[in-house]
Amino acid sequence: MKDRFNLYRFASPATFYPLAGALIPYFAAVSVVFGLAGLYLGMLVAPTDFQQGEGYRIIFIHVPASWMSMFIYLVMAFWAAIGLAFNTRLSGMMAQALAPTGALMAFLSLWTGAMWGKPMWGTWWVWDARLTSELILLFLYIGYMALTAAIDDARRADKAGGLLLLVGVVNIPIIYFSVKWWNTLHQGSSVNLTKSSMAETMLWGMLLMAMCFWMYSIAVAFMRVRTIMLERERNTDWVKTLLAGDEK
Amino acid sequence: MIHWNSFSDFLAMGGYGFYVWGSFGVTALIMSIEPIMVARNRKTTIARLKRQLRAESRAENRNNAE
Repeated sequence: MKDRFNLYRFASPATFYPLAGALIPYFAAVSVVFGLAGLYLGMLVAPTDFQQGEGYRIIFIHVPASWMSMFIYLVMAFWAAIGLAFNTRLSGMMAQALAPTGALMAFLSLWTGAMWGKPMWGTWWVWDARLTSELILLFLYIGYMALTAAIDDARRADKAGGLLLLVGVVNIPIIYFSVKWWNTLHQGSSVNLTKSSMAETMLWGMLLMAMCFWMYSIAVAFMRVRTIMLERERNTDWVKTLLAGDEK
Repeated sequence: MIHWNSFSDFLAMGGYGFYVWGSFGVTALIMSIEPIMVARNRKTTIARLKRQLRAESRAENRNNAE
């Protein structure tokens, strides 16, 4: 038998489990390095903003958290679609492992947004399109977690949760384009693929922080998915062998 | 290179200290507590699954002995 390298092999929990375990320290380390570099540039080097003074520095966590809150949702919806279409075991576990991190990112986006809105707009909160759709995103995360937790059978929980994720995905473009489609207090995006309205050090600080949040999310989701795998696959031989050993 | 003249300038954040540090503080708190909670949950889950597995194999041994 040929021992050909096959990417589909990693779709099996038994092979993905040790791979994820081996990768976690690297993602964590890279996240810390990016985070320190981003904080150095953003908090120590970047100049004062000509309109918002030093208050703009909240951007270095507000934008990465907001991006991650939307991106994690898209990844979950992707796994939900794969799971519903091909009935793969790994997809539901992935979605479930990502949900709490996505919810925390949505919360951080709202929290830092409020801390930014108060000094700049004079209010913690307004019911405008950008803020409201981000709040709905947080509720979608919480709804997904509550729904899957309420259904005992893991397969059925994945299906119900997957449907919720796919219906809710319509909210993502609404968040993203809300500042264009509606009149809103929220400023337009400072960065897009072709041009940026930010100073170079500000931009790099923000991108480094975004990479830090990205690597952090992968590390935490991998940690969580490994536990979910053990739990769900507890009756399989590979988990029994692991548990009989000194798995920590 | 460094933008600040003194450490107290840095802390004051040009008058926005409360908002800037309120944002960074909560973010740092969440991003340090989440991995700790995930690791703790993993520990208790593994301990429980190991207990269950041992109980199962004991039951099996009894059945075989009978």
